[in-house]
Amino acid sequence: MKIEIKDLRFTFPTGLEALKGISLTIEAGEQVAIVGQNGAGKTTLVRHFNGLLQPASGSVMIGDWDVKKYSVAKLATRVGYVFQNPDEQLFSRDVLTEVTFGPKNLGYAKEKIDELVQRALSLTELNDKTETNPYDLSPTWRKMVALASIIAMDTPIVIFDEPTTGQDALNVARIANAISELRMEGKTVITITHDIDFCAENFDRVIALSNGQVLLDGPAREILGQDEVLAQTYVDPPQLTRLGKRLGLKETVRNQEEFLKAIT
Amino acid sequence: MAFVNLQNVTYQYPLTKTPALQNINLQVDEGEFVAVVGPNGAGKSTLCYALAGFVPHFFKGEISGTIEVAGKESSKSTLDEWVLNVGLAFQNPFNQISGAKYTVFEEIAFGLENIGVPREEMKSRVEDAMALTGIRDLADRSPYSLSGGQQQRVALTSILVMRPRLLVLDEPTSQMDPIGTREVFGTIRKMAEDGMTVVLVEHKMEWIAQFADRVVALKDGSILLEGKPGEVLTSDLLAENGFGSSRYTSTAREAKKRGLWRKENLPVTLDEAVEGFALTLPFSSPKGAPRGRGESGK
Ligand SMILES: Nc1ncnc2c1ncn2[C@@H]1O[C@H](COP(=O)(O)OP(=O)(O)OP(=O)(O)O)[C@@H](O)[C@H]1O
Ligand SMILES: Nc1ncnc2c1ncn2[C@@H]1O[C@H](COP(=O)(O)OP(=O)(O)O)[C@@H](O)[C@H]1O
Ligand SMILES: [Mg+2]
Ligand SMILES: [Mg+2]
Repeated sequence: MKIEIKDLRFTFPTGLEALKGISLTIEAGEQVAIVGQNGAGKTTLVRHFNGLLQPASGSVMIGDWDVKKYSVAKLATRVGYVFQNPDEQLFSRDVLTEVTFGPKNLGYAKEKIDELVQRALSLTELNDKTETNPYDLSPTWRKMVALASIIAMDTPIVIFDEPTTGQDALNVARIANAISELRMEGKTVITITHDIDFCAENFDRVIALSNGQVLLDGPAREILGQDEVLAQTYVDPPQLTRLGKRLGLKETVRNQEEFLKAIT
Repeated sequence: MAFVNLQNVTYQYPLTKTPALQNINLQVDEGEFVAVVGPNGAGKSTLCYALAGFVPHFFKGEISGTIEVAGKESSKSTLDEWVLNVGLAFQNPFNQISGAKYTVFEEIAFGLENIGVPREEMKSRVEDAMALTGIRDLADRSPYSLSGGQQQRVALTSILVMRPRLLVLDEPTSQMDPIGTREVFGTIRKMAEDGMTVVLVEHKMEWIAQFADRVVALKDGSILLEGKPGEVLTSDLLAENGFGSSRYTSTAREAKKRGLWRKENLPVTLDEAVEGFALTLPFSSPKGAPRGRGESGK
């Protein structure tokens, strides 16, 4: 399902203009990472996709729906959003109830709900924690619960806000795996992240926001090599990209495979 | 005697079956910067709570062994006394905002106000601390109208402003942008050089290697390995136990198997990786490190 944003502007009630004219098209099935400095407007932007915020001017189309004309509940059938702070999202007394809530609410058949919940729990390695109260889990595992409860909704568009924050290597690999599963199902995955190495390894397209505007937008390989422009929004290129550059490699390398190939 | 001294500390949360910390022995000198690494559930946050007095004073549960900071013993002090020496930045910055104040400036001044610091001194200390974390332009904003990374900067600043003798930071840069992260590491390094003792939990190995004096690797509540960052962070033991590593380390480890990394030791930082891989690429001429961006070490 296509997302089309035209000259989107947004000002908070405090008077702060957080989005200053954003135009973007994200095609169905694209895997997009959004990067940029603290306060750039990343979270504010994606909160327009599911109706949590309303455009002051300009438009956001989710498929053929103009977000201004649809409720948050309606938009939830098309867009799943995992909050940056899981505590704003979780409310159930145990993990299973939390993860079941979304698909149940969307009115799927019982068998489909069970299947979706089971798959979401496996992808996030939560099978042994179904009876736990999310608030008895560490912040990192609460984030995994937040991820599972959105994945279980089976929406064509899935948005993750800082999914790898504080996660160890195993959970980062699980999140990468979940994203690649969603990709294979043809879903659009939009991920906000400060983890540039994770971004380089898992996304084809990168959008860098700076100060409420799009600074860069294009294929990951083109964007991630531009250290000077990225620095304007406080982003460093990935570690292996920096290494390749220092070694004088001709091509921009993004991951281990590309790096080893380039030096062989 | 060491400034921080943990002797045989074993601790179990109430209603749990296994201890979260098992027989921890850890000494940290005054002005030392120690990084703690480990997988989820290793006990990193619990160790932070133990250093900050929340374990056992707040969380209760069963504790044995002794925890000393600045010559005082935790079990013989109250939490109010303890926090005069030790500041803790919690892992989740979102619930560290006091809820009592209308502006970021007042929020950061809150702790100083509570201990009766005079108005003028308070003002200059708050301004200095905000400059250190790059949030001067947020001074008049409401603490509730901030982005995730801005909230984390405010939470960190309200600890730094207290100038605790022991600074305990539980993943303090988890919501921060990459260059901001590097700058905060540099700030913390400087504070350690000025005599503050720092214990920091982090996953960002590249910056740990560049800025910390020592690394403690925790797993299942016990110390698995401890020592110089360059040695601990490249050890096979950590790789086998599910610890993360910098891309320089993991890529060099793979390159070594293919005969593309010729040095004995694996790299953690960019400079180390450039130096080592330059041996594989005899015809390339590594470019110098960019100046003034904190990339060239301490
Ligand atoms: N509820 C709010 N009221 C007023 N201003 C806000 C609010 N939430 C965010 N802002 C401001 O809007 C701007 C964009 O914030 P946003 O949360 O979108 O940033 P972000 O790019 O997601 O940053 P981070 O990487 O720190 O999460 C910032 O200047 C922020 O302070
Ligand atoms: N408040 C708590 N009550 C009970 N158990 C806890 C509590 N906090 C942490 N634990 C348990 O203690 C162990 C160590 O957790 P923690 O210190 O949070 O690890 P880390 O910070 O390394 O992820 C885990 O098994 C965790 O489930
Ligand atoms: Mg955000
Ligand atoms: Mg923790």
